[in-house]
Amino acid sequence: MKKRLVVIGNGMAGMRTVEEILLIAPEKYEITVFGAEPYGNYNRIMLSAVLSGEKAIEDIIINDRQWYQDNGITLYAGQDKAVVTIDRDKQSVSTIDGTQVDYDALLIATGSKPLILPIPGHQLDGVISFRDIVDVNKMLAYSQSHNKAVVLGGGLLGLEAANGLVLRGMEVTVLHNGETLLNRQLDQQAATLLQQALESRGLKFKMGANTESLIDDGNGHVSAVRFADGSQLDCDLFVMAIGIKPNITLAQAAGLGCERGIVVNDGLQTNDPNIYSVGECIQHRGATFGLVAPLFDQAKVCANHLGGEGDAEFISLPTATKLKVTGINVFSVGDFVGDEGSEQIVFTDSYSGIYKKLVIKDNTIMGAVLYGDTRDGGWYQGLLEKQQDISLIRDHLIFGNAYVAQVEVAA
Amino acid sequence: MNTSAAKSINTTCPYCGVGCGIEAMVDEVTREVKILGDNAHPANFGRLCSKGSALGETTELKGRLLEPMVYGHKASWPEALQLVADAFKAAINNYGPDAVAIYGSGQLLTEDYYVANKLMKGFIGSGNMDTNSRLCMSSSVAGHKRAFGSDTVPGCYGDYELADLMVLIGSNTAWCHPVSFQRIRAAKEANPKLKIVVIDPRKTVTCDIADLHLPIASGSDAVLFNGLLYYLASRPELNQTYINAHSEGYVEALKTAAISSSDLFQVAERCRIKADDILTFYDWFAGTEKVMSLYSQGINQSASGTDKVDAIINCHLATGRIGKPGMGPFSLTGQPNAMGGREVGGLSHQLAAHMDFSNRDDILRVARFWNSNNIAQKPGLSAVELFDAIYDGTIKAVWIMGTNPVVSLPNADKVKLALQRCEFVVVSDCIAQTDTTEHGHVLLPAQGWSEKEGTVTNSERCISRQRALFSPAGNAKPDWWILSQVAQRMGFGAAFNYQSPVDIFREHAALSGYENDQVHGLRDFDISALADISVPAYQMLQPIQWPVNKAYPNGRARMFDDGQYFTVSGKAQFIAVEPQLPINLPNAEYPLVLNTGRLRDQWHTMTRTAIAAKLNQHKPEPFVEIHPDDAELYGMQANSLALLESSWGNMLARVLVTDSQKPGNVFVPMHWTNQFANRGRMGALVNPVYDPISKQPESKHTPVRIKPYAALWYGFLLSRHELTMAGIEYCVKVKGEHFYRYELAGESLPANWQDWLLASLGHTSTSQKQCLEYSDVSKGNYRAAFLAEDKLEVVLFISAHFNLPERNWLTGLFAEQSIGLAERLALLTGMPPLGVEDTGAVVCACFNVGEKTILSAIKENGLKTHQEVGQYLKAGTNCGSCIPEIKAML
Repeated sequence: MKKRLVVIGNGMAGMRTVEEILLIAPEKYEITVFGAEPYGNYNRIMLSAVLSGEKAIEDIIINDRQWYQDNGITLYAGQDKAVVTIDRDKQSVSTIDGTQVDYDALLIATGSKPLILPIPGHQLDGVISFRDIVDVNKMLAYSQSHNKAVVLGGGLLGLEAANGLVLRGMEVTVLHNGETLLNRQLDQQAATLLQQALESRGLKFKMGANTESLIDDGNGHVSAVRFADGSQLDCDLFVMAIGIKPNITLAQAAGLGCERGIVVNDGLQTNDPNIYSVGECIQHRGATFGLVAPLFDQAKVCANHLGGEGDAEFISLPTATKLKVTGINVFSVGDFVGDEGSEQIVFTDSYSGIYKKLVIKDNTIMGAVLYGDTRDGGWYQGLLEKQQDISLIRDHLIFGNAYVAQVEVAA
Repeated sequence: MNTSAAKSINTTCPYCGVGCGIEAMVDEVTREVKILGDNAHPANFGRLCSKGSALGETTELKGRLLEPMVYGHKASWPEALQLVADAFKAAINNYGPDAVAIYGSGQLLTEDYYVANKLMKGFIGSGNMDTNSRLCMSSSVAGHKRAFGSDTVPGCYGDYELADLMVLIGSNTAWCHPVSFQRIRAAKEANPKLKIVVIDPRKTVTCDIADLHLPIASGSDAVLFNGLLYYLASRPELNQTYINAHSEGYVEALKTAAISSSDLFQVAERCRIKADDILTFYDWFAGTEKVMSLYSQGINQSASGTDKVDAIINCHLATGRIGKPGMGPFSLTGQPNAMGGREVGGLSHQLAAHMDFSNRDDILRVARFWNSNNIAQKPGLSAVELFDAIYDGTIKAVWIMGTNPVVSLPNADKVKLALQRCEFVVVSDCIAQTDTTEHGHVLLPAQGWSEKEGTVTNSERCISRQRALFSPAGNAKPDWWILSQVAQRMGFGAAFNYQSPVDIFREHAALSGYENDQVHGLRDFDISALADISVPAYQMLQPIQWPVNKAYPNGRARMFDDGQYFTVSGKAQFIAVEPQLPINLPNAEYPLVLNTGRLRDQWHTMTRTAIAAKLNQHKPEPFVEIHPDDAELYGMQANSLALLESSWGNMLARVLVTDSQKPGNVFVPMHWTNQFANRGRMGALVNPVYDPISKQPESKHTPVRIKPYAALWYGFLLSRHELTMAGIEYCVKVKGEHFYRYELAGESLPANWQDWLLASLGHTSTSQKQCLEYSDVSKGNYRAAFLAEDKLEVVLFISAHFNLPERNWLTGLFAEQSIGLAERLALLTGMPPLGVEDTGAVVCACFNVGEKTILSAIKENGLKTHQEVGQYLKAGTNCGSCIPEIKAML
């Protein structure tokens, strides 16, 4: 008789884990999936593309309902199918509408929630985050009927949202409390190039912005942003994109070990041996996650434990950053600031808008920032992960893998 | 060029002593000229070398001296001429005639030379007229004079095609006399019997056609040829009849030869080559009736050069192999008019028309002919002595014409000091800025090759017309006119009333025949049949070999075929030669022997050849060739920079590790000047010692030491526009097609390379440029490229290491109208984008074909011969001087 696997969360991390399990142990589990959103599984990373109009929602669906059916998976999707309790003693979960399913193994993949800046006015209408299809649909609707948008946060998500809204015809100002954009992903030179490129596309920026409150238009809808210096900026739509936090409400309530996220071991197992967790909701060796690459690694390791040998270990590698704004390529990985003992290799092409920086220490790559030409990002990341000695190819390194190969052929 | 508007003019090449005929297709309006070989000229029959072929690219006016300059200011001709005349007169009045001097050049035409010589020796009354031919030919002159009683080259180029053995001694004929080399190569292909022996310490590309190469120890030539004489004495080919009938001194010469060279193994040891190889050479020489010995600077530029010349001539006299078809000693002269200069008496010990100061009757005769009562009575100072006298202050005023002694003389730094000290320096040149014009108080704009009218004489005594292609540029004047004007202003008007070159030529021809008969004594040089030449006939004069007189109205191919020599006895003289070691020998402090010489694509001090971009690509930089063992011993890495030092000076050069050098020897090219390389003047190193007879400097042998140049950084800068680079320890300028290349190295690092680059370019910011930059600070790497309107403007590569990318692909991009994205992204790699071929270093200068192109064509198409390569790529099909390199690749 098959064991019962219950998955809470129909997002990318959870479903990738299910796919991996189906690959290595298709007969082991009878699988039930709970999702709070009323769709199949979709690629959340591509929401920016939907917002910008480059993709439709259908295009970003990974697994439609038919797939669940074809693979014998029971899918409970929709707001009333949100899981509200986990009974670890009985090994069962139950939803808002009272659906209850027992499990032998439970996978928690509840993802993350957007951070909301708790300033006066943050609950006004027209104040949203950028997290799911509902948010995208709201932004699209505003872009049809309103003109001025303000995006709080000059990080990846904020810039993608702002770019999408500009493409949808809105006048968009990005508020950023730092002095450079993507300050966790880019160094100053790359950030400056990025800001120039986005400005040329019509985005406006207010750097070092200290947002004090949002102003009510009198009807419960936002009408302007007020800053600490007393100045104001009109807005019809205010998008908060200042970050995410792991969604651990359910796990906490179930008494699982949680800190910032659900604490898991190298096998993605929580402190309850029957319960595993993957995705943005977890905390592994002190780290939480916000980008997709490590989530897929987690899925593979977790599947190995749930369905296979159980010998895989999740290793948290430096994660590369990519900004999904068509025509603007940025990439960064590792420590691209460097320290006293590190060295830098820098390439710029002002005309082509290319900037590349590699931080080298002890003849290995410590970090990389690429702007404009990011083709070799993956290669640098690989060299970084392998801690490969680059001394022999150093002079060609920044020109990319193809050149190094050419030199080796020539030599 | 609109060829329909072009007219065809026959003239001669201004470079080496081969003296090739040129057919120039000239467009007066655009000042463009297309250069072809003159099919009818007996020197080359239509062939040309890379330098001659590129002459059309050297006639531009950029860099020309076009106005007289007096103390740095533009002046009128009358002003400048009067100043020269007054200054010379003042020096003569105050200090005597020997306080002034003229230093001329084998580049001057015979007519110019004649007037200079007449002025100094005939009217100023001093022998102080010498010439740069002293540096290349005077040992041959002295050797000829001792053996034949006259400075006579016995044979002719036609002998190349008739000989069965050719011995090339101290001559990289392939590079220095390329068209002669082509003829020899063709002769060898046509005549399978023809054997070639190359005697040279270096394994040069000339060895490509050698059946035997004898890499003798530098300076040991006389030991080898004494050995040959001794060997011949025991062979049946010894021509006792000829010796008895036509020579003197054989026994003494043989006795002396036996002392140094009677034992073959002793010869082998002193020459440091295998006895078997020597015996092969001796055997071939003895056994081959039609043998030519062609020799050049390796023989002449020696402190015993005259003896070496005679050691060679001895062997031809002993076998009677002289003056007959396909045989004889043959001096390959260096310059286009070295012979013409000798004919007028351009060397300080000569007087005129093959007469010299050693004969009292000659002095009186020339005085009569010139109608002068002030003719010089004794030889003047030779080149090295002359500049020493300037340095010492005994010569107060000097006039330098068409030559660059600050570069080319030994101990050249002293020459520079001498000119700095000299009270009055006049320089006539067609180029405004040379290492020598920098020191001129008065600069006089001479006409360049394409503007001059007159005659030159090549290595085979062949007189050819040089004809003007264009009207004179700016205010440039013929040298004969400048000299005549000064002579008139000095009060010698009647004797210098020349209206055109033909007036001078007639006088020169008349002097050659003046009292030249059995009664007064016969002289070899006699062109009296041309003394009344008409203007049209002079204009149409066809190449003709002197003598041209009653007996030989159509010239004479070979001299001494009758066994008659110009000595008092009428017999040739054997010279007893005691081989001398070079004067300065290597020692613990200076353990290496420095050899110097020419390259294929440059001429002398590069004032003209470096204008032709394509001639700068074969060897763009001064270099030093060193044997791998020495490179290891002295820690010299290939492509690094070397500091070469002698007791007299130093230079920097790129290291070229090659087994074409013998261990213990290094070679540097002679060409680079301060205009192109701030530390590349080889003359600074060369020892100022010379042959006591010929006064020719020993430029082929100076003890030196070598060590790595301690540069903190290396780099190259490519720029569309010429730049002024200042304050860099090592800087070489190379003009290319659409770019200037600067090879750089330094001992101190600028604070910031970008700032340094902008300052070098004279810019204040990069804002207007499309700018690419690469930096790896801790490795000392910096690279940058600027573009404007998608065209490449500037490329800079800097590294802590000398191994920088090849420049060829990058320099080629300067010819592109726009740089594509793939190229742009690849720029700072220094390598072409994937799929684009790097052509490699230029091998064929005529068609600009690179090494890598040739190698891949050979590989891909299975090419077997240089002819096939030529069919495929055209490489090697024009001047052919790259054929040895192509063959090496095959």
